[in-house]
Amino acid sequence: MIRRVVDFFGEARHAEQRRRLFYLALVLIVIADFLVPREHAEYLWDRLPGWSAVYGFLSCVLLIFVSKFLGHQGGLMRREDYYD
Amino acid sequence: MIDFVHPALLFILGALPIPFLKGSIRKAYLMLIPALAILAVLTVQPGSYGAAEFIGQEILIAKVDRLSIVFATVFTIMALIGMVYALHLTGAGEHVAAFVYVGSALGVVFAGDYLTLFLFWEGMAFASAYLVFAQRGKQAIRAGFRYLMVHITGGVALLGGVILHGLATGSLLFGPIEGGMGVAAYLILAGFMLNAAVPPLNAWLTDAYPEATVTGAVFMSAFTTKTAVYVLARAFPGTELLVWLGTAMALYGVIYAVLENDCRRLLAYHIVSQVGYMVAGVGIGTEMAVNGASSHAFAHILYKALLFMGAGAVIHVTGRRKLTELGGLYRTMPLTVALYMVGAFAISAFPFFSGFVTKSMVVAAAGQDHRALVVLALTMASSGTFLHTGLKLPYYMFFGMDRKLEAREPPRNMLVAMGMAAVLCIAIGVFPQPLYALLPHPVDFEPYTGVHITESLGILMFTALGFVLFLRALDPENTISIDTDWFYRKGARHFMWLAEKPLARYEKAVSDVSETAVLPFLHGTARAGLRIDLNGVDAVVNGVARSILRGGGALRKLQTGVVTHYALAMIVGVIAAIAVFAVVWR
Repeated sequence: MIRRVVDFFGEARHAEQRRRLFYLALVLIVIADFLVPREHAEYLWDRLPGWSAVYGFLSCVLLIFVSKFLGHQGGLMRREDYYD
Repeated sequence: MIDFVHPALLFILGALPIPFLKGSIRKAYLMLIPALAILAVLTVQPGSYGAAEFIGQEILIAKVDRLSIVFATVFTIMALIGMVYALHLTGAGEHVAAFVYVGSALGVVFAGDYLTLFLFWEGMAFASAYLVFAQRGKQAIRAGFRYLMVHITGGVALLGGVILHGLATGSLLFGPIEGGMGVAAYLILAGFMLNAAVPPLNAWLTDAYPEATVTGAVFMSAFTTKTAVYVLARAFPGTELLVWLGTAMALYGVIYAVLENDCRRLLAYHIVSQVGYMVAGVGIGTEMAVNGASSHAFAHILYKALLFMGAGAVIHVTGRRKLTELGGLYRTMPLTVALYMVGAFAISAFPFFSGFVTKSMVVAAAGQDHRALVVLALTMASSGTFLHTGLKLPYYMFFGMDRKLEAREPPRNMLVAMGMAAVLCIAIGVFPQPLYALLPHPVDFEPYTGVHITESLGILMFTALGFVLFLRALDPENTISIDTDWFYRKGARHFMWLAEKPLARYEKAVSDVSETAVLPFLHGTARAGLRIDLNGVDAVVNGVARSILRGGGALRKLQTGVVTHYALAMIVGVIAAIAVFAVVWR
């Protein structure tokens, strides 16, 4: 069982199926976010359905590019023998 | 009837027989002691034990309350899991060191006064350093010495703070620091923050953990930083500085994780990030926040150990640790992949995994305390956590480009240990109530609300979308990253240059003066001295020298030049000291 699940995520022949399932999940999550009851909204964004999707995506992109910028332009990344 | 068995003693005295046991008897013994310790913690009653006087100071070996029980419970469970993971090792060194390490951590958690705390604090540093040295090889030995150096420095700061605090207040009992932050409080805070790996005092962690042995790193990932969270929660709840340092720390670890190529160093940066949540929780200091910090520490120890065990299994089997050299292992190691992913879902706080019910408590406490910025930053860090431990690391380690590596599943004991941790990660996520009941304050928090589930899934799955779209930008690169260890690895060399060049020139100028002016005078005095010396002193000196020579010969036989032997000797010394301590002052 475990092997089959793991293989599903590894084998190239399942790629198309994986992609469809993934986008379906994304759509369902956004729809669900519009449907859930929101009682005590503390902050502005708590009242916005779909906010978490936008924020998650932006966070991810921001983290990737800010880190890589710091690594390459900011000089954080060095050759492996830097300390030798 | 003994009403309290100190679990630290169980481990530390229990470490002594390990080298003399062989085969399956040793294996059974290695699991028996942690099991007894779990029992001891489960049956312990809150109260004060082992009060005594030492150099005119009140000593309290063990102060048991709800906060210490939470940490002691997870420490003993983790000791059992870590021991199962390390059962296949034939040498006794790592087992002994791990026992002393766990025992010392438990000693800190129950310490009722600063002297007891300090003693166990140093015990932890030495015992854990052995787990790095045991890896052998130049790289590990060097990292081990840096690790030891940093921790000894932190220990000195802590001791200085403790002494100043004792002089100012007249008591060494360990508890919330009251009456404003003075030099003493800041020194103690610095010592604690160093062990919690709060930037800029974080580099020892990411420097040393990936160099430790496969089994040693699992122990290290659990104890040092979490004892630090415990002592912070005990002494500094509600310290504003910690809120901001903790929040910054959560993002700091995530940013460095993007750049990292070494699989266990990436995970180590996520310790920094996750401990950031706990430090921030302690800083907020409300009942809910301290509950959040301690429950997150509980969950974190289990899932982080699981992740380290997964990465360790890959290193154990392939001998490789860089993401640029790994890939395609899912075919040969499907069980490892599945177990690792349970840990990854738990750290990313997916619903029905442990992180979901603990991390959210810290974030919710920040929200209740009207700290919008902290909420946003911590949420962003959760996105980064899933990005690296849930997507990047497994993708490049297990999937990604197939490097045709020869691999198989790790030894069964490793898989069993991972299974134990995985079961707990899921059990806590599905049934959070037993954990909530253990927390120091009453819990008024429901993790499973509709909004919380859809929001978490939204954050996580759209992070996955970002990962899929920008996969190429995340390709690991064959580099290392500069962190604050630069100051003692490179900066120290600049200091040495300063010492060798300008200072040496100055020294030469001074010695020139002394040669032309001072020397003739000294020659005269020396001649007079020589006469006295030849007649009287020589005879005495010769006698002393002969006996030293004999002593030196004996000492030389003891010297092996092997660092691990020295480290082992230190650990034996620590055990002996603690045994004496336990017997004399009980």
